[in-house]
Amino acid sequence: MESHKDCEINAPHSMGTTIIGVTYNGGVVLGADSRTSTGVYVANRASDKITQLTDNVYLCRSGSAADSQTVSDYVRYFLHQHTIQLGQPATVKVAANLVRLLSYSNKNMLQTGMIIGGWDKYEGGKIFGVPLGGTLLELPFTIGVANSISSLVPTFFASLCGSVTCNEKLVNSLQVHLLAVIICSGSTYLYGFFDQAWKEGMTQEEAEQLVVKAVSLAIARDGASGGVVRTVTINSEGVTRKYYPEDKLPRWHEELEPQNSLLDMLSSSSPEPMVS
Amino acid sequence: MEFSSETRQNSLLSSERGIQRTQYPYVTGSSVVALKYKDGILMAADMGGSYGSTLRYKSLERIKPVGKHSLIGASGEISDFQEIMHYLDDQVLNDNMWDDGNSLGPKEIHSYLTRVMYNRRNKFDPLWNTLVLGGVKKGQKFLGVVTMIGVNFEENHVATGFGNHMAQPILRSEWHENLTFEEGVTLLEKCMRVLLYRDRSAVNKFQIAKITEEGVTISQPYALKTFWGFKAFENPTAGADGSW
Repeated sequence: MESHKDCEINAPHSMGTTIIGVTYNGGVVLGADSRTSTGVYVANRASDKITQLTDNVYLCRSGSAADSQTVSDYVRYFLHQHTIQLGQPATVKVAANLVRLLSYSNKNMLQTGMIIGGWDKYEGGKIFGVPLGGTLLELPFTIGVANSISSLVPTFFASLCGSVTCNEKLVNSLQVHLLAVIICSGSTYLYGFFDQAWKEGMTQEEAEQLVVKAVSLAIARDGASGGVVRTVTINSEGVTRKYYPEDKLPRWHEELEPQNSLLDMLSSSSPEPMVS
Repeated sequence: MEFSSETRQNSLLSSERGIQRTQYPYVTGSSVVALKYKDGILMAADMGGSYGSTLRYKSLERIKPVGKHSLIGASGEISDFQEIMHYLDDQVLNDNMWDDGNSLGPKEIHSYLTRVMYNRRNKFDPLWNTLVLGGVKKGQKFLGVVTMIGVNFEENHVATGFGNHMAQPILRSEWHENLTFEEGVTLLEKCMRVLLYRDRSAVNKFQIAKITEEGVTISQPYALKTFWGFKAFENPTAGADGSW
């Protein structure tokens, strides 16, 4: 009924997201949620944000869905040619640098932050973060390096548009202003958690559990993250994909165990009226 | 969440004198869905209070009884809802003090709320809520909505916010006169589940409230099971040539 909602239907498809990359003793674990939103609407509740670049290097995508998909397609293409020329699998460092090259040279136009993770025979498991702007960071672990600008934007749209038609230019100028102010979406909830929980030299089990727990915690608090948890583990033996739907995830504070229906919980007759 | 003053001056409605336009919502509740059934009204809402895109509060009660005959559900800014509850409590107190055997029914509360919301809108200082008012008095069922700009109407089934897009189509298709309690609850749960899948600000913790001639019951908070078992969800990009 509120006319301000009309402005969001044409909002860019954005993965306000939780993405994580973690190194462990022998490889890396990449994790992500599965929600892609268009404004307030969840356009895809089971998206796959962990994309393959080569057999041994994968990429977590966040921010604009279109931008991150395009960047990853170009990088996959370049890596393919590079692999042929080199005669052996590409290293994670080369993949990360290609992502950085595209992100940096197009920094005015792209709105995507990515995490590159993989395993090669020279350096073992490696995680690289490429946030907005095209910085390249090699890190033992990293969480959602960028985000959707849509975290606060719908609120702005709502307040500005109100009962008046949406002014495109005004809205766009606002977006740019907000981008400078807002940092990560799902990941902000995890900085404290990782400061406490991350340890050097974890086993594969520990690393996977950590990633699943972290994404699940972020989903609990970030409206822009949700759905299922996907993980990809990469080591010398190869790549393993795992999928954790809601029932496999733990319950956190103020969350309840899901039921089929209220009717199951009630006794056979209607409940006594309660006047408070 | 800081908002610079530049954005205020950019407002489309400010004149040269710089009339301030309204405010921005901070802590917001998402949809409320309600329908008429055989014995009265059923209303459902989740218990989430979002702070922008953060799901900040997860145990907010967004459905409250009003007097003996009504239920109010609110979406939008929670502080404004609390203010409205304060006004309504004053009205109910006043009503009781008359001690004349009469009591405020849902129609009267709805009318009062319409006036409040519309007058605030006229001052460019709205209460940022969409309210659902339901009740039963002397066998007459009532279900109505008042929006933040003072639009008000009555209907057999209503929803606020995103519920208008996701829940109303389901209600239009499956609502009929004289639903039983069980049918009503099942229908509302179907709506809430869809909102849980598709609304970013939805939280998996609900209360369903019912009001009949006998009185008000608001259920204990509970969560709904969601389905993620589609084969296509497990590995959507397997065999895909690109990134999607």
